[in-house]
Amino acid sequence: MRGFLKHRLFWPLVILVALLALNLFFTDNFFKVQMKEGHLYGSLIDIVRFGAPLILVSLGMTLVIATSGIDLSVGSVVAIAGALACLRISDLSDQKSVSGVLGAVGLALVLSVVLGAWNGFLVAGIGIQPIIATLILMVAGRGLAQLITDGQITTVNSSPYKLIGGGYWLTLPFGIIIVAVVLALTAFLTRRLALGLLIESVGGNAEASRLAGISARGVLITVYAFCGLCAGIAGLMISSNVSSADGNNAGLWIELDAILAVVIGGTSLAGGRFSLSGTVLGALIIQTLTTTIYSIGVPPETTLLFKALVVTVVCLIQSPAFRAKVFQRRMRPVEARPATEEKVRVSA
Amino acid sequence: MLKRISALILAGATALTMAGCSSGDDGSTSAGGSSGGDDKLVMGFAQVGAESGWRTANTKDIQESAKTAGVELKFSDAQQKQENQIKAIRSYIQQKVDVIAFSPVVESGWDTVLKEAQNAKIPVILTDRAVDSKDTSLYKTFLGSDFVEEGKKAGQWLVDQYKDSKDDVNIVQLEGTTGSAPANDRKSGFQEIISADPKFKVIASQSGDFTRAKGKEVMEAFLKSNPDIDVLYAHNDDMGLGAIEAIEGAGKVPGKDIKIITVDAVHDGMQALADGKINYIVECSPLLGTQLMDLAKKVVKGEQVPQRVVTEETTFTQEQAKEALPNRKY
Repeated sequence: MRGFLKHRLFWPLVILVALLALNLFFTDNFFKVQMKEGHLYGSLIDIVRFGAPLILVSLGMTLVIATSGIDLSVGSVVAIAGALACLRISDLSDQKSVSGVLGAVGLALVLSVVLGAWNGFLVAGIGIQPIIATLILMVAGRGLAQLITDGQITTVNSSPYKLIGGGYWLTLPFGIIIVAVVLALTAFLTRRLALGLLIESVGGNAEASRLAGISARGVLITVYAFCGLCAGIAGLMISSNVSSADGNNAGLWIELDAILAVVIGGTSLAGGRFSLSGTVLGALIIQTLTTTIYSIGVPPETTLLFKALVVTVVCLIQSPAFRAKVFQRRMRPVEARPATEEKVRVSA
Repeated sequence: MLKRISALILAGATALTMAGCSSGDDGSTSAGGSSGGDDKLVMGFAQVGAESGWRTANTKDIQESAKTAGVELKFSDAQQKQENQIKAIRSYIQQKVDVIAFSPVVESGWDTVLKEAQNAKIPVILTDRAVDSKDTSLYKTFLGSDFVEEGKKAGQWLVDQYKDSKDDVNIVQLEGTTGSAPANDRKSGFQEIISADPKFKVIASQSGDFTRAKGKEVMEAFLKSNPDIDVLYAHNDDMGLGAIEAIEGAGKVPGKDIKIITVDAVHDGMQALADGKINYIVECSPLLGTQLMDLAKKVVKGEQVPQRVVTEETTFTQEQAKEALPNRKY
C-alpha cells in the first residue's frame, strides 16, 4: 500500500530531480544555501519562496478537482485579496500597526472565502457547470480588483504586511511556513478525518454519494470556499512580496499553472482520488522550471517554447501507456498500471 | 424541472460572462449614439492596460486632456491582450467614431484591423508604441517617445560613468514584455551604444514583463547565478523597484554595489532615485494627452500632420530627481 503510493509519485519526483540536475551543470552555486542578513539564501530557497503562492493555490485546486470540478477564478481572487488588503493598509494612519494590518488581512481573507463560497453555491446550489460558474468570477473578478485599486498600483510601506510574502521567521521565508501550516491542516482534515473520503466520493459520483447519505452540496461549497481561501492567502503573499497591489497582473494565469501542478501531481481531472503531496511536487516542478529558465539564461523569445517542451516531456513520462510503448523492450508490458484512470479508490 | 432551471441560469450566466467580456463596447454604444449629432469630436482610445504607474498616468492625462479639449472619449482597456484591443478597435469602427487612437500591445499583427479602419475612413493615430506594418498609410501619425533614443541615453550614461575604468562591467538587463516595441527598442538602443566598448558585457537578460513581481523574481535568480553584477538596466521603473528589493534581500546596496538605470520616471521610481537607490532614470513621459488631442483635431479636419511626433522628454540624475520630485504630476 505504502510502496504503491511511493511509486505513484515516483515519476514527478524523477522530473523534479532531473530539472534540478540540469542546473547542476549549467549554473554555478545553484545548490549553495547560505545565511545572509539572518535568513537562508540561495536558489533552492527562492524556488520554495516564489513557489509558495502557487503551492497554496494548487492545494485548493486539488480538492476542487477531486470533486470533478475546476476553479478558474483563483487568479482573480489572488488579485482581489491583495488589492483589498493593500487598500485597507494604505488607508491606515499608521501603516506599521500590527492590529491594522491584521484587520486588513482578515477582511481580505473573509472576502476570499465568500467569493469561493459563491462559486460553490453556483456549482452545488444551482447546478451550473464548474467551468462556467467560476469563469464568471474569473472575468468579473479582475475588474473588481481594478475597481478596488482604482486601476493604479497601490503601494504600501508596512513592515508587518511585508512579513507575509517577503519576510523571514526563524531564518525561513515566512511564506513557506504558511504553506507548511496550510498543507498540514489540509492533510489532517482530508486524511485523518472523513472529509477526504467524502470529497473523493462526491467526485466519483455525486448522485451515488447523495443517495448514500453524504451532503454533496455541503461538501462542494466547503471545498470551493477552501479554494477561495487558499487563493486569498496566495494573493496576500504575492502583493506583500513587492509591497504593492497590481490588480491587473497579480495572479494572472495562475489558475492554469495550478491546474497543471495538480495534473502533474497525478490527480485526475475526472475527479475522485487526489494526491496533496503530488500537487506540491507538481507546483515545485513548475517553479523550478521558471527559476531554471532565469538561471541558465534561456533567451526570453524562446522561454515559452522551452516551457512547452518540458511540460510535454513531463506529460509523456507521466503516461503509463507511453512508458509501456517506449520501454517495451526492456520491461514487458506486465505492469500497465491503470491506477490513474481508476476513479474512486477508497483509501482506508 | 431542476434541469430546466439550471439550463436557464446557465444561459443567463453565459450571457453575463459575455457581457463582462465586452462591457467596453456595450457601455459606450449607448453613450455614443449621438456621434455626429453635435460637432463634438469623438475619439475611440484603446489602451494597453494598467500594467504600471506609467500607464495609469498616461490614461489619466488622456482622459483629462480630452475633457479640456472638448473631445468625447470612448476608452477601453485591453488588459495587455492584443485580441481585446482588436475587438475594441472593431467596435469603434462600428460605432463610427471620428478618430481612433491606440497604443499597440505588441508590434505585429495589426494590418487587418487597420485596413478595416481605413476602409471605414476613420483616421488612426498611434500613441506611445509603434506597429511594424510596412504600409505606413494605415495610420496618420505616430505620437510617442523614441524608445531607441531612450535606450541610447541609458547606454550613454553608462559609458560616461565608466569611461575611466578598465575593468569589465557586468550588466544584467530586465527586459519588458517580450515582443513589445519598448522592450525591443530600449534593448537595441542600449546595445548600440555599449557595444562600442567590449568591456561592457550583458551577462544576463530576461523578460520581467514590466511588473514589479516579475522584476523581483528574475533579479533574485540573476543574483544567484551571477555573483558579480555591476549594473542593472531595467526597461521600466517598476521592474527596477522589484529588483531593488531583491538586491536588498541579497545583502547588497542598490545604487552603490549595483548601479541601476531605469526608464520611465514614474513617481515611485523618482522617489527611489532621490533616495539614492536608483542611479539614473531616462524619462519616458506619459503626458501626451494635449499633443494627442491637437493632432486628432488636425487629422479630422484633414490637415497634414507629420508621420512621427516625438514627445518631449529628459533624463534625471539623483540630484535632479530631488529637485523635480515635488512638482511631478505622476
